[in-house]
Amino acid sequence: MTNALSEMLQTRDWLMADGATGTILFNMGLQSGDSPELWNVDQPDRIATLYQGAVDAGSDLFLTNSFGGTSARLKLHDAQDRVRELNRAAAEIGREVADKADRKVIVAGSMGPTGEIMAPMGTLTHESAVAMFHEQAEALKDGGADVVWVETISAPEEYAAAAEGARLAGIAWCGTMSFDTAGRTMMGFTSADLAALVEQIDPAPIAYGANCGVGASDLLRTVLGFRAAGSERPIIAKGNAGIPKYHDGHIHYDGTPELMARYAVMARDAGAKIIGGCCGTTPEHLRAMRAALEETPRGDAPTLEQITEELGGFSSGSDGTDGEGPKRSRGGRRRSRA
Amino acid sequence: MSEEEDDIILSELDDEELVQQMFDDLYDGLKEEIEEAVHILLDRGWEPYDILTKALVGGMTIVGNDFRDGILFVPEVLMAAGAMKGGMAILKPLLAETGAPRIGKMVIGTVKGDIHDIGKNLVSMMMEGAGFEVVDLGINNPVEAYLEALESEGPDILGMSALLTTTMPYMKVVIDTMTEKGIRDDYIVLVGGAPLNEEFGRAIGADAYCRDAAVAVETAKEFVLRKHNQMAAGA
Repeated sequence: MTNALSEMLQTRDWLMADGATGTILFNMGLQSGDSPELWNVDQPDRIATLYQGAVDAGSDLFLTNSFGGTSARLKLHDAQDRVRELNRAAAEIGREVADKADRKVIVAGSMGPTGEIMAPMGTLTHESAVAMFHEQAEALKDGGADVVWVETISAPEEYAAAAEGARLAGIAWCGTMSFDTAGRTMMGFTSADLAALVEQIDPAPIAYGANCGVGASDLLRTVLGFRAAGSERPIIAKGNAGIPKYHDGHIHYDGTPELMARYAVMARDAGAKIIGGCCGTTPEHLRAMRAALEETPRGDAPTLEQITEELGGFSSGSDGTDGEGPKRSRGGRRRSRA
Repeated sequence: MSEEEDDIILSELDDEELVQQMFDDLYDGLKEEIEEAVHILLDRGWEPYDILTKALVGGMTIVGNDFRDGILFVPEVLMAAGAMKGGMAILKPLLAETGAPRIGKMVIGTVKGDIHDIGKNLVSMMMEGAGFEVVDLGINNPVEAYLEALESEGPDILGMSALLTTTMPYMKVVIDTMTEKGIRDDYIVLVGGAPLNEEFGRAIGADAYCRDAAVAVETAKEFVLRKHNQMAAGA
């Protein structure tokens, strides 16, 4: 499948993605607890401003304001019947902003997790998850998205369901997971697990990787994990700008533009091809990242020690890929699992 | 599972071995085995409260510690909690009959705009396992829902959870409203959720931020004990 993103990837050494959505919408007056997706219809100018901020800062692609656009998430705001309308609007505004730019810019239709746990652990069946993502992907495609962009996923089952939703909608996809628990996703999935999983999904994503999580250092360790797994597929790195702090009624992330610039270069050197930010990453951060990526010659992949030195320590000793993680010693007599 | 698979007959184990085995079975999320073991201990004359604290809570403490340490993850903890619930279902009516001590009471819910309740559910289950009474308000709670529950349930603790950076500031809305009404200090307020941190918890005026369900249980115990001591000192 050829599309605008895979074409761009063929001609470029690296691409810069966008930064935060929520952080920026809050700064524009979004109230905590309210649905950002409603603004696609109620405040379209602000959504255009959000996208434009990334484009003006040098992003080659940006994500649409549709992270919580599945019916499962919109249900909270009694907007479960507006999946089509809200996602379509998110992509349409994006298309308009991208087409106005003086260079090629990719519109990636964001699809975040449903927030429910999938069977057999939870109640969400594969079929209903696929149906929800399919509905969202169709609407994003209709609105003019170049690809759909699955993000912040924890469970492999949900990652696969979102991929199937994209396949049914006939649109190419990318997908990232959030590795926020001792270097793994909260479901215990490692970077190596994801690198293996993407090769089993048909069609495979154009690019895959990590977003959000806990800080730049962990995210880079995850990227190294993808590479160590022998993956040739383009890797995405979208880390948060530090950790959230509360200041005068606002959430503020403590990562400076300089830190994110160093992170961006190290992410590229570690093997990521699409590099951006997540929560807390403003256009100011993006400009610093773009400049650093352009000005800094490509170097060797950083070691874990170099990452710690440059960006700070990791949240856990192991990320589950090195066999060095802590283990439990058992007291009783082992029995076989039923 | 390449170990020797000699079938264990639970009823043939002595008490100490059986409790050890229950720790492992909880760890492995084996609900039927836990239920069977609870019945065996009851038949042997164990007090329901002892089964709860020594076997189930003991086992879940190990699960909680390994979750905290990145050895176990959410799926395993859900399985373990499910097995514990099987045992709890047997013990609950008996505990009510025998008037077993209760450590404290907690009202818990995910804040407005947030439907992510995995972490909150883990906290609920582990708190129950640790002997707390838990009133779960579910997801998407506006400030009114929290206040109503505080009034009608009279808990020791209010727990709030948020998984999104877009919903976590709502915790401050709730705490500020409690302060306005002059009831903030009547409760222990604990907050949790992936994007939070200790500094955030302090900044919004919570008593503590709890990194995970195991920490939540430890923190809750500590604060309730402190509260009781203060009350005793003041009396």
